[in-house]
Amino acid sequence: MKQLITLFLTSYLLLHTSYSSAQTAAELVKKVKAKMDRVNDYVATGKMKTDVVFIKAPVANIKSYYKKPNRFKVKRDGGISLLPKGGVSVNVSSLLLSDDYTAIDAGQTILNKIPVRIIKLLPLNDNSDVVLTTMYIDEANLLIRKSSTTTKDNGTFDMEMQFGKYAEWGLPDKVIFSFNTKDYKLPKGITLEYDDGSKKQELPKNKKGKVEISYSSYIINKGVTDEMLK
Amino acid sequence: MWSLLKIELFKVFRRPRTYIAFIAVWAIVSLIQIAIYVDGAKYIDFVLKDVKDNFDVIGNPLNGYFVCFIILQTLLIHVPLLVALVSADMIAGEANMGTLRLLITKPVSRTKLLLSKFLASSVYAVILLIWIAILGLFLSMLIFGTDGLLNAKSYEIIILNGNDIFWRYILAFGFAAIALITVAALGFFFSIFAENSLGPIVATMSVIIVFTILTTLDIPLFQSVKHLFFTSHMIGWKGFFEMKLDADGVSIPGTIRNLPAVLRSAGVLLLHTFLFVGGAIFIFNRKDVLS
Repeated sequence: MKQLITLFLTSYLLLHTSYSSAQTAAELVKKVKAKMDRVNDYVATGKMKTDVVFIKAPVANIKSYYKKPNRFKVKRDGGISLLPKGGVSVNVSSLLLSDDYTAIDAGQTILNKIPVRIIKLLPLNDNSDVVLTTMYIDEANLLIRKSSTTTKDNGTFDMEMQFGKYAEWGLPDKVIFSFNTKDYKLPKGITLEYDDGSKKQELPKNKKGKVEISYSSYIINKGVTDEMLK
Repeated sequence: MWSLLKIELFKVFRRPRTYIAFIAVWAIVSLIQIAIYVDGAKYIDFVLKDVKDNFDVIGNPLNGYFVCFIILQTLLIHVPLLVALVSADMIAGEANMGTLRLLITKPVSRTKLLLSKFLASSVYAVILLIWIAILGLFLSMLIFGTDGLLNAKSYEIIILNGNDIFWRYILAFGFAAIALITVAALGFFFSIFAENSLGPIVATMSVIIVFTILTTLDIPLFQSVKHLFFTSHMIGWKGFFEMKLDADGVSIPGTIRNLPAVLRSAGVLLLHTFLFVGGAIFIFNRKDVLS
Protein backbone atom coordinates (compact mmCIF):
# COMPACT_ATOMS: atom_id res chain seq x y z
CA MET A 1 0.00 0.00 0.00
CA LYS A 2 2.80 2.36 1.02
CA GLN A 3 4.60 1.60 -2.23
CA LEU A 4 1.42 2.34 -4.18
CA ILE A 5 1.05 5.76 -2.53
CA THR A 6 4.70 6.59 -3.24
CA LEU A 7 4.24 5.52 -6.85
CA PHE A 8 1.06 7.59 -7.15
CA LEU A 9 2.70 10.69 -5.65
CA THR A 10 5.80 10.34 -7.83
CA SER A 11 3.66 9.92 -10.93
CA TYR A 12 1.59 12.96 -9.99
CA LEU A 13 4.67 15.10 -9.44
CA LEU A 14 6.25 13.97 -12.68
CA LEU A 15 3.05 14.59 -14.60
CA HIS A 16 2.62 18.01 -13.01
CA THR A 17 6.21 19.01 -13.75
CA SER A 18 5.98 17.87 -17.34
CA TYR A 19 2.70 19.78 -17.70
CA SER A 20 4.31 22.91 -16.29
CA SER A 21 7.37 22.78 -18.51
CA ALA A 22 5.03 22.07 -21.38
CA GLN A 23 4.02 25.70 -20.99
CA THR A 24 5.94 27.29 -23.84
CA ALA A 25 8.29 30.19 -23.34
CA ALA A 26 5.96 32.47 -25.26
CA GLU A 27 3.01 31.49 -23.09
CA LEU A 28 4.97 32.13 -19.91
CA VAL A 29 6.13 35.53 -21.09
CA LYS A 30 2.56 36.37 -22.06
CA LYS A 31 1.33 35.47 -18.58
CA VAL A 32 4.01 37.61 -16.94
CA LYS A 33 3.13 40.45 -19.27
CA ALA A 34 -0.57 40.10 -18.48
CA LYS A 35 0.23 40.36 -14.76
CA MET A 36 2.23 43.50 -15.30
CA ASP A 37 -0.33 45.01 -17.61
CA ARG A 38 -2.56 45.57 -14.61
CA VAL A 39 -0.24 48.44 -13.67
CA ASN A 40 -1.14 51.48 -15.72
CA ASP A 41 1.06 53.89 -13.80
CA TYR A 42 2.87 54.25 -10.53
CA VAL A 43 4.85 56.63 -8.38
CA ALA A 44 7.49 54.83 -6.36
CA THR A 45 9.50 56.29 -3.50
CA GLY A 46 12.89 54.88 -2.67
CA LYS A 47 16.57 55.23 -2.03
CA MET A 48 19.31 54.91 -4.60
CA LYS A 49 22.85 53.76 -3.93
CA THR A 50 25.48 54.23 -6.63
CA ASP A 51 28.48 51.94 -6.70
CA VAL A 52 30.67 53.05 -9.57
CA VAL A 53 34.39 53.05 -8.93
CA PHE A 54 34.94 56.70 -9.91
CA ILE A 55 31.65 58.15 -8.64
CA LYS A 56 31.48 59.07 -4.97
CA ALA A 57 27.88 59.88 -4.17
CA PRO A 58 25.71 59.64 -1.07
CA VAL A 59 22.56 57.55 -0.93
CA ALA A 60 19.88 59.57 -2.72
CA ASN A 61 16.16 59.82 -2.02
CA ILE A 62 14.43 59.25 -5.32
CA LYS A 63 11.02 59.04 -6.88
CA SER A 64 10.33 56.92 -9.94
CA TYR A 65 7.40 57.72 -12.19
CA TYR A 66 5.99 55.20 -14.65
CA LYS A 67 3.17 55.50 -17.14
CA LYS A 68 2.07 52.92 -19.65
CA PRO A 69 3.32 51.98 -22.14
CA ASN A 70 6.94 53.06 -21.76
CA ARG A 71 7.31 56.39 -19.97
CA PHE A 72 9.65 56.17 -17.02
CA LYS A 73 11.47 58.87 -15.07
CA VAL A 74 13.70 58.86 -12.02
CA LYS A 75 13.91 62.11 -10.05
CA ARG A 76 15.86 62.81 -6.90
CA ASP A 77 15.29 65.18 -4.01
CA GLY A 78 17.78 68.06 -3.89
CA GLY A 79 20.79 66.85 -5.72
CA ILE A 80 22.45 65.44 -8.77
CA SER A 81 22.83 61.84 -9.83
CA LEU A 82 24.63 60.09 -12.62
CA LEU A 83 22.58 57.18 -13.93
CA PRO A 84 23.70 54.64 -16.50
CA LYS A 85 22.17 55.31 -19.91
CA GLY A 86 19.63 52.71 -20.91
CA GLY A 87 20.00 51.06 -17.54
CA VAL A 88 17.83 52.51 -14.83
CA SER A 89 15.51 53.97 -17.43
CA VAL A 90 14.55 50.42 -18.33
CA ASN A 91 11.98 49.15 -15.89
CA VAL A 92 10.45 45.72 -15.64
CA SER A 93 7.47 46.54 -17.83
CA SER A 94 9.53 47.99 -20.61
CA LEU A 95 11.34 44.67 -20.98
CA LEU A 96 8.12 43.20 -22.27
CA LEU A 97 6.85 46.26 -24.00
CA SER A 98 6.46 44.98 -27.50
CA ASP A 99 5.26 41.66 -28.89
CA ASP A 100 7.89 41.92 -31.57
CA TYR A 101 10.19 39.20 -30.30
CA THR A 102 10.76 35.49 -30.31
CA ALA A 103 10.85 33.78 -26.94
CA ILE A 104 13.17 30.82 -26.67
CA ASP A 105 13.23 28.41 -23.77
CA ALA A 106 16.76 28.07 -22.45
CA GLY A 107 16.14 25.70 -19.58
CA GLN A 108 15.82 26.07 -15.86
CA THR A 109 18.06 27.10 -13.01
CA ILE A 110 18.00 28.09 -9.35
CA LEU A 111 18.39 31.76 -8.52
CA ASN A 112 18.72 32.71 -4.84
CA LYS A 113 17.13 29.38 -3.92
CA ILE A 114 14.18 30.05 -6.22
CA PRO A 115 13.64 27.82 -9.29
CA VAL A 116 13.42 29.95 -12.42
CA ARG A 117 12.91 29.40 -16.14
CA ILE A 118 15.48 30.95 -18.45
CA ILE A 119 13.83 32.62 -21.41
CA LYS A 120 15.72 34.37 -24.17
CA LEU A 121 13.94 37.12 -26.08
CA LEU A 122 15.21 37.86 -29.56
CA PRO A 123 13.81 41.04 -31.11
CA LEU A 124 12.45 40.59 -34.60
CA ASN A 125 12.97 44.20 -35.56
CA ASP A 126 16.44 44.71 -37.04
CA ASN A 127 16.49 48.33 -35.88
CA SER A 128 15.89 47.48 -32.24
CA ASP A 129 18.63 48.73 -29.89
CA VAL A 130 18.23 45.57 -27.85
CA VAL A 131 20.14 42.64 -29.29
CA LEU A 132 19.17 40.00 -26.75
CA THR A 133 17.34 39.83 -23.45
CA THR A 134 17.70 36.89 -21.14
CA MET A 135 15.04 36.58 -18.45
CA TYR A 136 14.96 34.43 -15.35
CA ILE A 137 11.28 34.00 -14.63
CA ASP A 138 9.84 32.66 -11.39
CA GLU A 139 7.15 30.52 -12.97
CA ALA A 140 5.18 29.92 -9.79
CA ASN A 141 4.74 33.62 -9.00
CA LEU A 142 5.03 34.95 -12.55
CA LEU A 143 7.84 37.31 -11.59
CA ILE A 144 10.96 38.31 -13.49
CA ARG A 145 13.73 37.72 -10.94
CA LYS A 146 16.61 38.73 -13.15
CA SER A 147 17.25 39.98 -16.65
CA SER A 148 20.29 40.57 -18.76
CA THR A 149 19.94 42.89 -21.73
CA THR A 150 22.55 43.38 -24.43
CA THR A 151 22.14 46.55 -26.43
CA LYS A 152 23.84 47.86 -29.54
CA ASP A 153 24.86 51.21 -28.07
CA ASN A 154 24.96 50.87 -24.30
CA GLY A 155 26.59 47.51 -23.73
CA THR A 156 25.13 44.86 -21.48
CA PHE A 157 23.31 45.61 -18.30
CA ASP A 158 21.87 43.22 -15.77
CA MET A 159 18.85 43.84 -13.61
CA GLU A 160 18.22 41.81 -10.50
CA MET A 161 14.92 42.17 -8.68
CA GLN A 162 13.80 41.30 -5.21
CA PHE A 163 10.10 41.19 -4.49
CA GLY A 164 8.10 41.81 -1.35
CA LYS A 165 4.80 43.51 -0.64
CA TYR A 166 4.19 44.60 -4.25
CA ALA A 167 4.91 41.17 -5.79
CA GLU A 168 1.24 40.72 -6.71
CA TRP A 169 1.63 43.67 -9.09
CA GLY A 170 4.96 42.40 -10.38
CA LEU A 171 6.74 45.41 -8.92
CA PRO A 172 10.07 44.91 -7.13
CA ASP A 173 11.08 46.20 -3.69
CA LYS A 174 14.68 46.28 -4.75
CA VAL A 175 16.32 46.58 -8.16
CA ILE A 176 20.04 46.16 -8.72
CA PHE A 177 21.40 47.36 -12.05
CA SER A 178 24.86 46.20 -13.09
CA PHE A 179 26.60 47.67 -16.11
CA ASN A 180 30.02 48.05 -17.67
CA THR A 181 31.90 51.28 -17.00
CA LYS A 182 34.70 52.98 -18.88
CA ASP A 183 37.68 54.67 -17.26
CA TYR A 184 37.35 58.25 -16.09
CA LYS A 185 40.17 60.78 -16.16
CA LEU A 186 40.57 64.55 -16.29
CA PRO A 187 43.92 66.40 -16.59
CA LYS A 188 45.23 67.60 -13.22
CA GLY A 189 46.05 70.99 -14.77
CA ILE A 190 42.32 71.58 -15.20
CA THR A 191 41.09 70.23 -11.89
CA LEU A 192 43.83 71.98 -9.83
CA GLU A 193 43.63 69.23 -7.32
CA TYR A 194 44.26 69.52 -3.61
CA ASP A 195 46.66 66.78 -2.54
CA ASP A 196 45.88 65.93 1.07
CA GLY A 197 48.93 63.68 1.26
CA SER A 198 46.93 60.46 1.55
CA LYS A 199 47.98 57.55 -0.63
CA LYS A 200 45.64 57.15 -3.57
CA GLN A 201 44.27 53.68 -4.05
CA GLU A 202 44.69 52.23 -7.50
CA LEU A 203 41.19 52.12 -8.96
CA PRO A 204 40.27 48.75 -10.47
CA LYS A 205 39.82 48.90 -14.22
CA ASN A 206 36.79 47.61 -16.10
CA LYS A 207 34.96 47.00 -12.86
CA LYS A 208 31.22 46.67 -13.22
CA GLY A 209 29.18 49.58 -11.95
CA LYS A 210 26.11 49.04 -9.84
CA VAL A 211 23.06 51.13 -9.01
CA GLU A 212 20.79 49.79 -6.31
CA ILE A 213 17.29 51.17 -5.86
CA SER A 214 15.26 50.13 -2.81
CA TYR A 215 11.64 51.12 -3.10
CA SER A 216 9.76 51.72 0.13
CA SER A 217 6.33 52.40 -1.38
CA TYR A 218 4.37 52.43 -4.61
CA ILE A 219 1.27 54.41 -5.48
CA ILE A 220 -0.28 52.27 -8.20
CA ASN A 221 -2.87 53.29 -10.77
CA LYS A 222 -3.61 56.65 -9.15
CA GLY A 223 -2.51 58.64 -12.19
CA VAL A 224 0.80 60.14 -13.28
CA THR A 225 0.75 63.49 -15.06
CA ASP A 226 2.99 64.57 -17.92
CA GLU A 227 4.43 67.19 -15.57
CA MET A 228 5.72 64.44 -13.29
CA LEU A 229 7.40 62.70 -16.21
CA LYS A 230 9.23 65.84 -17.41
CA MET B 1 47.15 99.65 18.21
CA TRP B 2 43.51 100.17 17.22
CA SER B 3 44.24 103.82 16.34
CA LEU B 4 47.22 102.76 14.25
CA LEU B 5 45.11 100.17 12.46
CA LYS B 6 42.40 102.75 11.74
CA ILE B 7 44.99 105.11 10.30
CA GLU B 8 46.44 102.36 8.10
CA LEU B 9 43.00 101.27 6.95
CA PHE B 10 42.20 104.88 6.12
CA LYS B 11 45.37 105.05 4.03
CA VAL B 12 44.58 101.78 2.25
CA PHE B 13 41.00 102.66 1.37
CA ARG B 14 41.83 106.23 0.38
CA ARG B 15 44.00 105.08 -2.48
CA PRO B 16 42.18 104.58 -5.80
CA ARG B 17 44.34 101.53 -6.61
CA THR B 18 42.71 99.67 -3.72
CA TYR B 19 39.42 99.63 -5.62
CA ILE B 20 41.00 98.25 -8.80
CA ALA B 21 40.86 94.83 -7.14
CA PHE B 22 37.13 95.11 -6.39
CA ILE B 23 36.40 96.19 -9.97
CA ALA B 24 38.63 93.42 -11.34
CA VAL B 25 36.86 90.79 -9.21
CA TRP B 26 33.47 92.08 -10.31
CA ALA B 27 34.56 91.96 -13.98
CA ILE B 28 36.04 88.45 -13.74
CA VAL B 29 33.07 87.03 -11.81
CA SER B 30 30.57 88.64 -14.21
CA LEU B 31 32.42 87.28 -17.24
CA ILE B 32 32.49 83.76 -15.78
CA GLN B 33 28.79 83.97 -14.91
CA ILE B 34 27.85 85.22 -18.38
CA ALA B 35 30.00 82.55 -20.03
CA ILE B 36 28.42 79.78 -17.96
CA TYR B 37 24.92 81.18 -18.45
CA VAL B 38 25.40 81.18 -22.22
CA ASP B 39 27.65 78.16 -22.72
CA GLY B 40 27.69 76.27 -19.44
CA ALA B 41 26.32 73.07 -20.94
CA LYS B 42 29.46 72.73 -23.07
CA TYR B 43 31.60 73.15 -19.98
CA ILE B 44 29.69 70.39 -18.20
CA ASP B 45 30.05 68.24 -21.32
CA PHE B 46 33.79 68.76 -21.17
CA VAL B 47 33.98 67.93 -17.46
CA LEU B 48 31.89 64.79 -18.02
CA LYS B 49 33.39 63.89 -21.40
CA ASP B 50 34.45 60.44 -20.22
CA VAL B 51 31.08 59.59 -18.70
CA LYS B 52 28.47 61.38 -20.79
CA ASP B 53 28.26 58.52 -23.29
CA ASN B 54 27.36 56.07 -20.55
CA PHE B 55 25.56 58.18 -17.97
CA ASP B 56 22.59 60.51 -17.82
CA VAL B 57 22.76 63.45 -15.44
CA ILE B 58 19.71 63.88 -13.22
CA GLY B 59 19.29 67.32 -11.64
CA ASN B 60 20.80 70.68 -12.54
CA PRO B 61 24.60 70.54 -12.39
CA LEU B 62 24.89 74.10 -13.68
CA ASN B 63 23.72 75.73 -10.48
CA GLY B 64 25.04 78.53 -8.25
CA TYR B 65 27.19 76.21 -6.14
CA PHE B 66 28.96 74.84 -9.20
CA VAL B 67 29.49 78.33 -10.64
CA CYS B 68 30.97 79.49 -7.33
CA PHE B 69 33.30 76.47 -7.31
CA ILE B 70 34.64 77.46 -10.74
CA ILE B 71 34.94 81.10 -9.68
CA LEU B 72 36.87 80.21 -6.52
CA GLN B 73 39.12 77.83 -8.43
CA THR B 74 39.87 80.49 -11.04
CA LEU B 75 40.09 83.52 -8.79
CA LEU B 76 42.19 82.10 -6.00
CA ILE B 77 45.09 81.86 -8.45
CA HIS B 78 44.71 85.49 -9.55
CA VAL B 79 43.48 87.21 -6.41
CA PRO B 80 46.95 86.98 -4.80
CA LEU B 81 48.07 89.53 -7.42
CA LEU B 82 45.34 91.88 -6.24
CA VAL B 83 46.26 91.30 -2.60
CA ALA B 84 49.93 91.87 -3.38
CA LEU B 85 49.02 95.20 -4.99
CA VAL B 86 48.18 96.50 -1.53
CA SER B 87 50.28 94.44 0.88
CA ALA B 88 53.54 94.84 -1.08
CA ASP B 89 52.95 98.58 -1.11
CA MET B 90 52.55 98.93 2.66
CA ILE B 91 56.21 99.70 3.46
CA ALA B 92 57.68 100.15 -0.01
CA GLY B 93 54.99 102.72 -0.79
CA GLU B 94 55.95 104.79 2.26
CA ALA B 95 59.62 104.49 1.27
CA ASN B 96 58.77 105.54 -2.28
CA MET B 97 56.92 108.64 -1.06
CA GLY B 98 59.73 109.43 1.39
CA THR B 99 57.44 109.23 4.42
CA LEU B 100 58.87 106.05 5.96
CA ARG B 101 61.65 107.74 7.94
CA LEU B 102 59.25 110.38 9.17
CA LEU B 103 56.79 107.66 10.17
CA ILE B 104 59.25 105.76 12.32
CA THR B 105 60.25 108.91 14.18
CA LYS B 106 56.77 108.86 15.78
CA PRO B 107 56.59 107.54 19.36
CA VAL B 108 55.35 104.14 18.25
CA SER B 109 57.51 101.02 18.18
CA ARG B 110 58.49 99.68 14.78
CA THR B 111 56.90 96.35 15.68
CA LYS B 112 53.52 97.96 16.39
CA LEU B 113 53.78 100.02 13.25
CA LEU B 114 54.52 96.95 11.13
CA LEU B 115 51.80 94.88 12.80
CA SER B 116 49.20 97.58 12.19
CA LYS B 117 50.25 97.76 8.53
CA PHE B 118 50.09 93.98 8.17
CA LEU B 119 46.69 93.85 9.88
CA ALA B 120 45.41 96.56 7.54
CA SER B 121 46.50 94.55 4.49
CA SER B 122 44.90 91.42 6.02
CA VAL B 123 41.62 93.29 6.55
CA TYR B 124 41.79 94.38 2.92
CA ALA B 125 42.33 90.75 1.81
CA VAL B 126 39.37 89.56 3.89
CA ILE B 127 37.08 92.33 2.58
CA LEU B 128 38.10 91.39 -0.96
CA LEU B 129 37.20 87.78 -0.19
CA ILE B 130 33.80 88.84 1.20
CA TRP B 131 33.26 90.71 -2.07
CA ILE B 132 34.09 87.49 -3.97
CA ALA B 133 31.63 85.59 -1.74
CA ILE B 134 28.86 88.12 -2.41
CA LEU B 135 29.35 88.02 -6.18
CA GLY B 136 30.60 84.48 -6.64
CA LEU B 137 28.35 82.60 -4.24
CA PHE B 138 25.26 84.61 -3.35
CA LEU B 139 24.76 86.27 -6.77
CA SER B 140 25.40 82.94 -8.52
CA MET B 141 22.84 81.23 -6.24
CA LEU B 142 20.39 83.96 -7.21
CA ILE B 143 21.04 83.68 -10.94
CA PHE B 144 21.54 79.93 -11.34
CA GLY B 145 19.59 78.56 -8.39
CA THR B 146 20.85 75.78 -6.14
CA ASP B 147 21.15 72.01 -6.43
CA GLY B 148 23.82 69.43 -5.72
CA LEU B 149 27.47 69.96 -6.55
CA LEU B 150 29.55 67.98 -9.04
CA ASN B 151 33.14 68.12 -7.88
CA ALA B 152 35.12 66.67 -10.78
CA LYS B 153 38.59 65.57 -9.79
CA SER B 154 41.17 64.00 -12.09
CA TYR B 155 40.26 60.43 -11.10
CA GLU B 156 36.81 60.65 -9.49
CA ILE B 157 33.57 62.61 -9.46
CA ILE B 158 32.25 63.61 -6.06
CA ILE B 159 28.56 64.41 -5.87
CA LEU B 160 27.35 66.46 -2.92
CA ASN B 161 23.71 66.84 -1.89
CA GLY B 162 22.19 70.30 -2.21
CA ASN B 163 21.60 70.62 1.55
CA ASP B 164 25.17 69.59 2.34
CA ILE B 165 27.04 72.37 0.54
CA PHE B 166 26.49 75.82 2.04
CA TRP B 167 28.32 75.09 5.31
CA ARG B 168 31.24 73.79 3.26
CA TYR B 169 31.42 77.11 1.43
CA ILE B 170 31.53 78.99 4.75
CA LEU B 171 34.52 76.87 5.80
CA ALA B 172 36.08 77.15 2.33
CA PHE B 173 35.91 80.94 2.41
CA GLY B 174 37.39 80.88 5.92
CA PHE B 175 40.27 78.78 4.62
CA ALA B 176 40.67 81.05 1.60
CA ALA B 177 40.96 84.01 4.01
CA ILE B 178 43.93 82.28 5.70
CA ALA B 179 45.49 81.64 2.27
CA LEU B 180 45.12 85.26 1.17
CA ILE B 181 46.50 86.53 4.47
CA THR B 182 49.58 84.36 3.83
CA VAL B 183 49.95 86.02 0.43
CA ALA B 184 49.54 89.41 2.11
CA ALA B 185 52.29 88.43 4.58
CA LEU B 186 54.61 87.42 1.73
CA GLY B 187 54.03 90.72 -0.09
CA PHE B 188 54.50 92.55 3.17
CA PHE B 189 57.79 90.72 3.79
CA PHE B 190 59.16 91.69 0.36
CA SER B 191 57.91 95.21 0.91
CA ILE B 192 60.48 96.01 3.60
CA PHE B 193 63.38 95.44 1.20
CA ALA B 194 62.29 97.82 -1.53
CA GLU B 195 61.81 101.51 -2.03
CA ASN B 196 59.37 101.01 -4.87
CA SER B 197 56.23 98.87 -4.61
CA LEU B 198 56.63 97.38 -8.10
CA GLY B 199 59.50 95.11 -7.04
CA PRO B 200 57.69 93.46 -4.08
CA ILE B 201 54.48 93.04 -6.12
CA VAL B 202 56.35 91.30 -8.96
CA ALA B 203 58.39 89.24 -6.49
CA THR B 204 55.24 88.07 -4.66
CA MET B 205 53.51 87.12 -7.87
CA SER B 206 56.62 85.40 -9.22
CA VAL B 207 56.85 83.20 -6.12
CA ILE B 208 53.17 82.26 -6.39
CA ILE B 209 53.26 81.63 -10.15
CA VAL B 210 56.46 79.54 -10.03
CA PHE B 211 55.29 77.47 -7.05
CA THR B 212 51.83 76.97 -8.58
CA ILE B 213 53.33 75.77 -11.87
CA LEU B 214 55.65 73.38 -10.05
CA THR B 215 52.71 72.10 -8.03
CA THR B 216 50.55 71.57 -11.11
CA LEU B 217 53.23 69.84 -13.20
CA ASP B 218 52.75 66.13 -12.88
CA ILE B 219 56.48 65.39 -12.68
CA PRO B 220 57.66 63.04 -9.90
CA LEU B 221 60.52 65.35 -8.83
CA PHE B 222 58.14 68.24 -8.15
CA GLN B 223 55.39 65.99 -6.81
CA SER B 224 57.68 64.76 -4.05
CA VAL B 225 58.54 68.25 -2.82
CA LYS B 226 55.33 70.12 -3.56
CA HIS B 227 54.09 69.82 0.00
CA LEU B 228 56.95 72.16 0.92
CA PHE B 229 55.48 74.95 -1.20
CA PHE B 230 52.86 76.97 0.62
CA THR B 231 50.98 77.39 -2.66
CA SER B 232 50.13 73.65 -2.57
CA HIS B 233 48.28 74.27 0.66
CA MET B 234 46.43 77.34 -0.64
CA ILE B 235 43.92 75.11 -2.43
CA GLY B 236 43.19 73.24 0.79
CA TRP B 237 39.68 74.75 0.72
CA LYS B 238 38.83 72.05 -1.82
CA GLY B 239 39.24 69.47 0.92
CA PHE B 240 35.93 70.67 2.40
CA PHE B 241 34.15 69.41 -0.72
CA GLU B 242 35.15 65.78 -0.27
CA MET B 243 33.23 63.31 1.91
CA LYS B 244 34.18 60.28 3.91
CA LEU B 245 33.15 56.92 2.46
CA ASP B 246 31.49 54.05 4.26
CA ALA B 247 32.54 50.41 3.86
CA ASP B 248 30.47 50.13 0.64
CA GLY B 249 32.18 53.16 -0.90
CA VAL B 250 29.09 55.33 -0.44
CA SER B 251 29.72 58.97 0.56
CA ILE B 252 28.54 60.06 4.00
CA PRO B 253 26.87 63.50 3.89
CA GLY B 254 27.97 66.02 6.51
CA THR B 255 31.53 64.66 6.70
CA ILE B 256 34.92 65.87 5.48
CA ARG B 257 37.11 63.13 4.03
CA ASN B 258 40.44 64.25 5.42
CA LEU B 259 39.89 67.06 7.91
CA PRO B 260 43.31 66.60 9.60
CA ALA B 261 45.01 67.22 6.23
CA VAL B 262 42.96 70.38 5.64
CA LEU B 263 43.77 71.62 9.15
CA ARG B 264 47.43 70.77 8.58
CA SER B 265 47.36 72.85 5.39
CA ALA B 266 45.78 75.73 7.31
CA GLY B 267 48.52 75.31 9.93
CA VAL B 268 51.24 75.41 7.26
CA LEU B 269 49.77 78.64 5.88
CA LEU B 270 49.54 80.19 9.35
CA LEU B 271 53.13 79.16 10.03
CA HIS B 272 54.24 80.85 6.80
CA THR B 273 52.30 83.97 7.76
CA PHE B 274 54.02 83.98 11.16
CA LEU B 275 57.44 83.48 9.55
CA PHE B 276 56.92 86.19 6.91
CA VAL B 277 55.58 88.77 9.37
CA GLY B 278 58.05 87.77 12.11
CA GLY B 279 60.91 87.93 9.61
CA ALA B 280 59.74 91.33 8.37
CA ILE B 281 59.59 92.69 11.94
CA PHE B 282 62.98 91.19 12.83
CA ILE B 283 64.70 92.64 9.77
CA PHE B 284 62.91 95.99 9.86
CA ASN B 285 63.77 96.53 13.54
CA ARG B 286 67.44 96.28 12.59
CA LYS B 287 67.17 98.20 9.35
CA ASP B 288 68.76 101.57 8.81
CA VAL B 289 65.89 103.43 7.19
CA LEU B 290 67.23 106.09 4.85
CA SER B 291 64.17 106.98 2.81
